[in-house]
Amino acid sequence: MARNSILGVFAKSPIKPLEKHIRLVAKCANQLIPFFAACADNDWPTATKVRRKLSKLEQDADSLKRQLRLELPGGLFMPVDRADLLELLTQQDKIANRAKDIAGRVLGRQLEIPAALQEQFIAYLTRCLDAIEKAADAINELDDLLETGFRGREVALVEKMINQLDEIEDDTDGMQIKLRKELLKIEDDLKAVDVMFLYQIIDWVGELADLAERVGARLEILLARK
Amino acid sequence: MDILLSSGSTLVIIAAVVGFFMAWGIGANDVANAMGTSVGSKALTIKQAIIIAMVFEFAGAYLAGGEVTSTIRKGIIDASFFVDTPELLVFGMISALFAAATWLLVASALGWPVSTTHSIVGAIVGFAAMGVSVDAVTWSKVGGIVGSWIITPLISGVIAFIIFNSAQKLIFDTDKPLQQAKRWVPLYMFLAGFVLALVTIKKGLKHLDLHIATFDGYVYAVISAVIVAIIGKAFINRLKFDENAVKETHYANVEKVFAVLMIVTACCMAFAHGSNDVANAIGPLAAVVSIVDNDGQIAAKSAIAWWILPLGGFGIVAGLALFGHKVIATIGQGITHLTPSRGFAAELAAACTVVIASGIGLPISTTQTLVGAVLGVGMARGIAAINLSVVRNIVVSWVITLPVGAGLSIVFFWMMKGMFM
Repeated sequence: MARNSILGVFAKSPIKPLEKHIRLVAKCANQLIPFFAACADNDWPTATKVRRKLSKLEQDADSLKRQLRLELPGGLFMPVDRADLLELLTQQDKIANRAKDIAGRVLGRQLEIPAALQEQFIAYLTRCLDAIEKAADAINELDDLLETGFRGREVALVEKMINQLDEIEDDTDGMQIKLRKELLKIEDDLKAVDVMFLYQIIDWVGELADLAERVGARLEILLARK
Repeated sequence: MDILLSSGSTLVIIAAVVGFFMAWGIGANDVANAMGTSVGSKALTIKQAIIIAMVFEFAGAYLAGGEVTSTIRKGIIDASFFVDTPELLVFGMISALFAAATWLLVASALGWPVSTTHSIVGAIVGFAAMGVSVDAVTWSKVGGIVGSWIITPLISGVIAFIIFNSAQKLIFDTDKPLQQAKRWVPLYMFLAGFVLALVTIKKGLKHLDLHIATFDGYVYAVISAVIVAIIGKAFINRLKFDENAVKETHYANVEKVFAVLMIVTACCMAFAHGSNDVANAIGPLAAVVSIVDNDGQIAAKSAIAWWILPLGGFGIVAGLALFGHKVIATIGQGITHLTPSRGFAAELAAACTVVIASGIGLPISTTQTLVGAVLGVGMARGIAAINLSVVRNIVVSWVITLPVGAGLSIVFFWMMKGMFM
């Protein structure tokens, strides 16, 4: 009987799942904090456990992404462009993938962050995760944006959040440069292969913030259309 | 002619039974569309929706259903063709009722969204054009009716767009949406009350033998609308808000205010639906009764028998009471992303359009108008996702309904001719 009614016209909203997805992604990336804490203690069993949890969250995000794509067929009339929405979703998902890569690579090589860099590295990681948190906050404004028909004050609010996100990303760039300088100072004391991978991990952690910034950029494009 | 004298009362009873059945079907099926948005946005519980629908569907049918009934009864067919053979008109009207009711039943069983208005208009045109003569149909009038089916969704879409945007400007895009909502929502209630009261006063009270001068009518309408707004305001003031909600995101509180407004627009929608759709069931019945009562004279001007409008009203309410519960329960599940602020804009626009069309005497489709209104809100970027393929299916079902209604009515017409003559 449902088909016989006007309510068949209202398709399932993609906004709540999209918000849920970024929350899941943020939760996944946040596992890197306990993960690197375990690594610093040389507690590899705990690190393995945390990585497993992280990987599970990444899979959840993946299946949510796939489900959301299936629920967005072409014949939908939406206030935002469907292609933009799907692109945003893809960007969000990349964050979780990158977090999983980082944990996998560190665990696989049982890579230790040198004690001299430890504190600075954690600060850097935390700042990158801040960027993801900010991106998630901005995405979570989507339901309020819908309330206000994607215009006016609410758009200004989201734009402010995206600007803050950009600032955080700038921060992480600076921190990354410093961190690499510190690493350069001590690299002669370390195994050459380890140094190579340390550079890579620093890069990848920085990429988390880059990807978060790109989520913000996609959100901006989404709002700019129409 | 003799047949009308010998078995006139039998024919009236048959027509009354089928008419009641049709009204019952309208109540059971169509009401889901009229009340769906209110239940879907969780502004009303199922029980509340049923009670509102019962009261206001009946009120709409009884108070404002007369004009459309007249159009269905004598606007579509050129009566001069039947002066010598009034029995053909009687058979035809009964066949049209049979045809529309059958199609409604089949379509409901298959889950197709058909319009009762389209089926009855198609059926009447069908028997008159094919069973009698192509010239027996007042084509200019039919053209107007069909034209209105294209224009009314457009009009209600534009009204919905304007209402939604005004709500955005006045309430959502402000520093204090909640205070603004408390201030402006009663105005929308006033608007809803005014349109309803005006149509009732201008059109409905005529057949109750209450004549009110034009100016007085406006005054009474304003007074009733003010009363509606004051009652609404009182309810809004009694609402409890979650003070902890963050300042920037207290749209949840704003929606609570709109949920109160939605009760008013749900009443409007039920009233509008009753006023327009009751005619689909009782228009043909009224034609049959008028001919039989006048011993075969096709009176150009005669009042609708007093018992016909209430019969249609009761039919709709009976359908609601028996099956509406189940239908509304089905649609009430799983719809979460229709918030009251959107539902209200669509409902108010559709209700105003339908009520005005009822006042003019145009038989339009309530669902069609509501779909137009929903698209209007969608255009204003207010709805997360509208399923265009469902919209297309609904449109297709309307187009198909016309020839099917016509075909069925021709078959029934020949059968009745065979049985009685």
